[in-house]
Amino acid sequence: MFAVPSYDTGLETRNPRLIVASMARPKQSRTKAASALSRDQALHFYRQMLKVRLFEEQVNQLYLGAKMPGLAHLYIGQEAVAVGVCEALRRDDYITSTHRGHGHCLAKGASLDKMFAELLGKAPGYCRGKGGSMHIADQDTGNLGANAIVGGSAGIATGAAMSAKMRGSDQVAVCFFGEGALGQGLLYEEMNMASLWKLPVIYVCENNQYNEYTSYRETTAGEVAARAEAFGIHTETIDGQDVQVVHAKSLAIVERARSGEGPAFLQCNTYRFHGHHVGDIDRSYYRAKKEEEEWKSRRDPVKLLAEWLQKSEMADRKLLDQIEAEIATHIKESVDFALNAPYPDPIEVNQHVYA
Amino acid sequence: MKAPTQATTSAQKASREITFAQAINEALAEEMRRDPRVFIIGEDVAEAGTPFKVLSGLVKEFGTKRVIDSPISEAGIAGIGVGAAMTGMRPVVDIMFGDFITLTMDQLVNQAAKIHYMSGGKLKVPMVLRTTLGATRRSAAQHSQSLHAWLSHIPGLKVAVPSTPYDAKGLLKSAIRDDNPVVFFEDKMMYQLKGSVPAGEYTIPLGVADVKRVGNDITLVATSSMVHVALAAAEALQGAGVSAEIIDVRTTVPLDKEAIIESVKKTTRAIVVDEGYERYGVTAEIASVIADGAFYYLDAPVKRLGAMDVPVPFSPVLEDQTVPTAETVAALAMKLCGR
Repeated sequence: MFAVPSYDTGLETRNPRLIVASMARPKQSRTKAASALSRDQALHFYRQMLKVRLFEEQVNQLYLGAKMPGLAHLYIGQEAVAVGVCEALRRDDYITSTHRGHGHCLAKGASLDKMFAELLGKAPGYCRGKGGSMHIADQDTGNLGANAIVGGSAGIATGAAMSAKMRGSDQVAVCFFGEGALGQGLLYEEMNMASLWKLPVIYVCENNQYNEYTSYRETTAGEVAARAEAFGIHTETIDGQDVQVVHAKSLAIVERARSGEGPAFLQCNTYRFHGHHVGDIDRSYYRAKKEEEEWKSRRDPVKLLAEWLQKSEMADRKLLDQIEAEIATHIKESVDFALNAPYPDPIEVNQHVYA
Repeated sequence: MKAPTQATTSAQKASREITFAQAINEALAEEMRRDPRVFIIGEDVAEAGTPFKVLSGLVKEFGTKRVIDSPISEAGIAGIGVGAAMTGMRPVVDIMFGDFITLTMDQLVNQAAKIHYMSGGKLKVPMVLRTTLGATRRSAAQHSQSLHAWLSHIPGLKVAVPSTPYDAKGLLKSAIRDDNPVVFFEDKMMYQLKGSVPAGEYTIPLGVADVKRVGNDITLVATSSMVHVALAAAEALQGAGVSAEIIDVRTTVPLDKEAIIESVKKTTRAIVVDEGYERYGVTAEIASVIADGAFYYLDAPVKRLGAMDVPVPFSPVLEDQTVPTAETVAALAMKLCGR
């Protein structure tokens, strides 16, 4: 019953037309993108992706150690999407994020210490502890907030794009969402208006293949890309595990949007290495262990970039280890900062209800 | 508590009689002239000027880039309003019928209302969402509800329920300048109601009730359309020797509790009249405010009159029974006063 993907042959699926959204690698060539990336850029991408990876692993540890209130939805496995897209943006461009949003926030420039502090409900956190894992917002980096309503930020991103257009600012807005949001009506209302009014908004659908605990193949009729194409929106489906592909495509569609050519829809095929949230340990009832292993061993975006860096002689193992050690130290310092930070003063409970 | 008023007095100098619809139109036009960030988005808002013609002429002055006809996508335009408001604009989202706010609820309740709080005070949503309330237009169950209680329940939103052209204009201007999301309810049956409105600039702060009539025997606390029902009831009561004071709350959030409590302490009796459903409604909230703040002054139980708890029926014979009338208010007031 489980479709165990193999990225050369495509998936066994109820609807063969959906193969395009599976692990099967899309046809697009990555050669141009690959050759366009400088060593500095490639190493920067690696640092960014590894930062997200190690951040999330630390979050999992905090959860397992009962040091973190509530839950967290880990982004591990999808790092190439957040980093590839955000590296194509300016600091003043906007993003909206999701319940699985730590990667987006970090990729857009959030700092580790304030992120950890927010996850622990501490005063120096991005939202003074009022938002938590699912609501990190940082206006200084254009992050209009992670959103815990699936698809709930489609309006915010589209409105931000409309605002940018009205103000003549040439900013663009990126709306990150998972394929689960394809079931929400709001997304289609917004895509319709974005296309009608040529708004500079990019809808990034991270198809990690699971709507919580249900395969998207059980919830999604027809072809994903066709839905956006029906609105006359420029649509691309790409390999979301290859940061160079994601970045190259993002650069092109961001430029399109910035120059007034209108919205785009970017479907990134990816995979959620962990469960829906940190407590989702037994996943056998909705996906096969073997499938997870396949993705982790063959399609890990961090490993893929590390391999490419070595193959193209931009970095050796020693340098990569050194980078990892640096980031691990930074993570350690940041999490210590957050663990030692004060909680908000209880009187803050009814502050910020109204501006 | 504001007396009926310094604003009215100075206003009377150069005032004209204009309709409620014209007052709304003027408020929008003035704010759009004053602030280039203000724009209108909604269904049939531009050339059509809305089915109620409230926005007539605005597109001529401000163009289709600031008076934007949208698809029939209430959730979508509310969402665009939230995003635009967060990023430097001051949108006025037009939701034609109050019943349609049900379609915008995620954007209003989970997004607009919470963004300032969730972000620890960093992000703001200075958006106005204008919509309508009110039955007796023979529009049946999906075009007649008064759902302002729903939004008054949600921390983070402000809710205005003006009753006169003067209040509507002053409150709408304040709402547009407010840094919070404000839901602005206009009674669709009052659009042609005329009232005195000064020619010059003025605003009315959100959260300040207005004494629409001074009296001694009973307080009628009313909202929106029900202020006029209360005024008519007060006229009838005067003939029977009962002096009714009318408090128009003007905004349900913030609620001017002090004005309500002070009035009831003086009169010792109160009826709360509102066109929303009675069950769990605005009347219940205000009655509890009175019970809590003026308990030892009361000579009678606080009574409530809201819309009958039924879907609004179409047939006039049925529909007219569902909303409070001057007669029902007056009869209840007589009873409370022992007449």
